[in-house]
Amino acid sequence: MRNIHVKKIKNAVRELCLEANFNLRKDILAALKKALRQEKNKRSKRILIMLVENAVIAKKERRAICQDTGAVSVYISMGQGVRVTGGDFEKAIQEGVREAYRSGHLRKSIVASPIKRKNTGTNTPAVIHTEIVKGEKIKITVLPKGFGSENKSSIKMMKPTDSEKEIISFVTETAKVAGADACPPYIIGVGLGGTFDKAAWLSKMALTIRIDRKNPRPHLRKLEEKILKKMNTLNIGPMGLGGKMTCLGINALEYPTHIAGLPVAVNISCHATRSASKIL
Amino acid sequence: MRKITTPLTKAVRTKLKCGEHVLLTGTIYTARDMVHKRLKELVDRKKRLPLELKNAVIYYCGPTPIRTGGDFGSCGPTTSSRMDSFTPALLQKGLAVMIGKGSRSKDVRDMIKKRRAVYFLAVGGAGAYLAKKIISANTHAYAELGAEAIYKLKVKNFPLIVGIDSRGKDIYEKR
Repeated sequence: MRNIHVKKIKNAVRELCLEANFNLRKDILAALKKALRQEKNKRSKRILIMLVENAVIAKKERRAICQDTGAVSVYISMGQGVRVTGGDFEKAIQEGVREAYRSGHLRKSIVASPIKRKNTGTNTPAVIHTEIVKGEKIKITVLPKGFGSENKSSIKMMKPTDSEKEIISFVTETAKVAGADACPPYIIGVGLGGTFDKAAWLSKMALTIRIDRKNPRPHLRKLEEKILKKMNTLNIGPMGLGGKMTCLGINALEYPTHIAGLPVAVNISCHATRSASKIL
Repeated sequence: MRKITTPLTKAVRTKLKCGEHVLLTGTIYTARDMVHKRLKELVDRKKRLPLELKNAVIYYCGPTPIRTGGDFGSCGPTTSSRMDSFTPALLQKGLAVMIGKGSRSKDVRDMIKKRRAVYFLAVGGAGAYLAKKIISANTHAYAELGAEAIYKLKVKNFPLIVGIDSRGKDIYEKR
């Protein structure tokens, strides 16, 4: 057994929230720069230049990349050989989020009840997902996500006999409906299989993966390539004003599912997709 | 690039063309979901509003908190379409300029044309960049709403694109 004190967990969550909100992910910044090199449309170029400059300013002056500093999802992979000491594990995570949003002057966007809508004033509670894995380490990933894009995400319980073409069409259609509203060029997470909830979980989890990664499963890699290709013919482009680049990157994850179903979840995310990870 | 200064009178607004890039200097007010709901209720009940809408510029934005030094760290636009159901009533009360991101409903577009108003786009997800164009920021009303309060901002050379011009021409329609 390895002991890890809750204070360490709290501090890690705090630092990860700050890092994610101030420093645009390297893979995404590289994709924006690549898009800028490839784009011919003058207006799109102008917007992309602004986005790259935005990332530079945010990092240098510790300003939030986007004012919607999001609802925070925290993904914990807990080694089964770890014993958490010194207090309450979940409280430590929430306290880490709270400290980051206070000290970093980040926006508090969480309301205590979706019906009564009173702001909690702390940007907590975060949504926490914990899985138990082998080993004696804890991996923490935070994903503070803006709701402009979360609002455009979608799930469909497709038929087991539906073709790949129909899956591609559903994913592309979801981006099309998002149009200009969710800050394109988009980053797309696709969750396939499992159950209704598992597919949604996978689609969001997929956003934490680098967009320059090659999917280790060949059939998913091919699917990603096809979706990406189709997506970039939509002419949505930066700010939805046209251009080649509608989707900066896509990651698909799958899980075994039932003979009667094919759940497909599409999590739409913006060009300012933010996440950060650390292993304790 | 055209530079414009508030108040954006009808004479200024009618010169602007859909798709044109402009730099805005002057006073603007933030307002988003909850404020729109409240303003619409006040209009319906014929009550006094917390800001003069005539020729006013409303920016759909919920900034990060004001930092030491007095500026917002980040203050980009939020999705405009969530305000669509409230907007026609405010345009009728004299609102003339809106700033946000994304497309608008047909009702909003028609009312913009009728009132010779204008809808601007700001670059979404460029909140740090746009914050540098703000000279001063003060809470104007509904402070209890936090990020959703009405903030009065003085901006200088705030970059915008004309999304819907005073003739109702829409940048997202012609594509």
